[in-house]
Amino acid sequence: MNAVLEFFGRGSLRVIEGVGRFFVLLGMTMRGVVSPPFSPVATARQVVRVGVDSVPVVLLTAFFTGGVLALQTFKGFQRFHAEGYIGSVVALSMLRELGPVLTGLMVTGRAGSAMAAELGSMRVTEQIDALVSLATDPVQYLFVPRVLASILVVPMLVVLADAVGILGGYLVAVGYLGANPVVYMNNTFQFLSMEDMTSGLIKAAAFGFLLSLVGCQCGYDTQGGAEGVGLSTTKAVVMGSLAILIADFFLTKVLF
Amino acid sequence: MKLTKVTKSFGTKTVLSGLDLTVAKGESLVLVGQSGIGKSVLLKHVIGLLKPDSGTVEIDGEDLWKVSPRDRDRLRRKFGMSFQEGALFDSMSVGENIAFPLTRHTKKTKKEIADRVAECLDMVRLPGIEEKRPSELSGGMRRRVGFARAIALQPEILLFDEPTTGLDPITTDVVVKVIEEMRARLKPSAITITHDLKVAFGIADRVGLLSGGKILVDMTPKEFEESKDPRVAAFVNGDSELAPPETEPERRKAAAPVEAHP
Repeated sequence: MNAVLEFFGRGSLRVIEGVGRFFVLLGMTMRGVVSPPFSPVATARQVVRVGVDSVPVVLLTAFFTGGVLALQTFKGFQRFHAEGYIGSVVALSMLRELGPVLTGLMVTGRAGSAMAAELGSMRVTEQIDALVSLATDPVQYLFVPRVLASILVVPMLVVLADAVGILGGYLVAVGYLGANPVVYMNNTFQFLSMEDMTSGLIKAAAFGFLLSLVGCQCGYDTQGGAEGVGLSTTKAVVMGSLAILIADFFLTKVLF
Repeated sequence: MKLTKVTKSFGTKTVLSGLDLTVAKGESLVLVGQSGIGKSVLLKHVIGLLKPDSGTVEIDGEDLWKVSPRDRDRLRRKFGMSFQEGALFDSMSVGENIAFPLTRHTKKTKKEIADRVAECLDMVRLPGIEEKRPSELSGGMRRRVGFARAIALQPEILLFDEPTTGLDPITTDVVVKVIEEMRARLKPSAITITHDLKVAFGIADRVGLLSGGKILVDMTPKEFEESKDPRVAAFVNGDSELAPPETEPERRKAAAPVEAHP
């Protein structure tokens, strides 16, 4: 009984410690954003790494998601003769939910893990200590460009993902399922409002912030050698993805 | 530079236990001791990479942990620290590594920075390798580039963490000569930690033996070499039977992320 209590007690403490540390690092990052020196070049470099380099994987994911959504929706809607509304469902789903969430998850897998691996390697090879010894705040130097770049580029990736997802749905519906292209396009945009787009973009910015801060935190807190870096990378993907899915629920509730 | 009654524990393991240390301007102190005894931990306290559980670290009369973070960075700029494996930023070239502190902390032009980088590389006997990547360098070269980065801002205090560990005797000799030349030209205070007594006797004004969380003996290289103290004799002769009993080192924990930079 004692062992069970101890197990849960230790687990709870670790969770509370991790969450507390997240907020401490968040505070330090916010302070780093507003204090000089500013590093636009480092931020631009991260925009390329997080954003530009993620474009192919995000577009592929979005295209096939849009396509499969059209296929699945067709199967269901056919039962009550509502095939004409496939375009609306695909567009709404992509803009409000699947675009931001899938993009967030893909960028977490690609860029969040890379951030954890890079900072983890820097930690175990004393490069982070070297930064401090050179009178440089490591959180400001390492976190701020990555977090700012992610907040900036994930919404941009989501815009692309939305467009390509809708295109994927269109090609499957029109090219494979024989839907009328004009009706499909009309229905795609008829029921969309600006709010659908903005809610998706707000989510995307929040996901960019979460995946980058979690990735940086996991890397920064790395202990041990190569094994530690591997564990941090895995943790960054798991925790980042969980953070996105949990935040998605609450953001959807707020932005509904 | 003065450390007073510095204590540091990691979990249940006490690494530093009321340690006192003073280094005068221009003086070279070499600390020796068994692996994992806390030498690197001590060095990290000197520059504020670790915060002591109790005790004070003073640089020119200012307590490193009672000043603001901005002032702490100002005090850190008085230091140049060379890390065990160089700790070069592998995303940058050698030139960018050495230019890093100059770019961040001075208003020098690009030309002035390039000149200073070349000058630092000359001083460590590695001229013209600005464009190389750290991954292209040998262990000895990486350490010397680390020295070059450490001296870029012309620091008043140099810290060397195991500058020759793992190097062959010829490269060790080159590294020792480079350290001597840097000391002769820059006249900084210096703390070096090493296992290598030949290195220690070559560059030290004073040699200290760290054991049990304290500096047990503090003497000139000649006195150290000739000392009859059993603890010193054990180290000089490499006799484990004479060495004081120590608990297992916890180097991994000592290198973990620290409360100094949450």
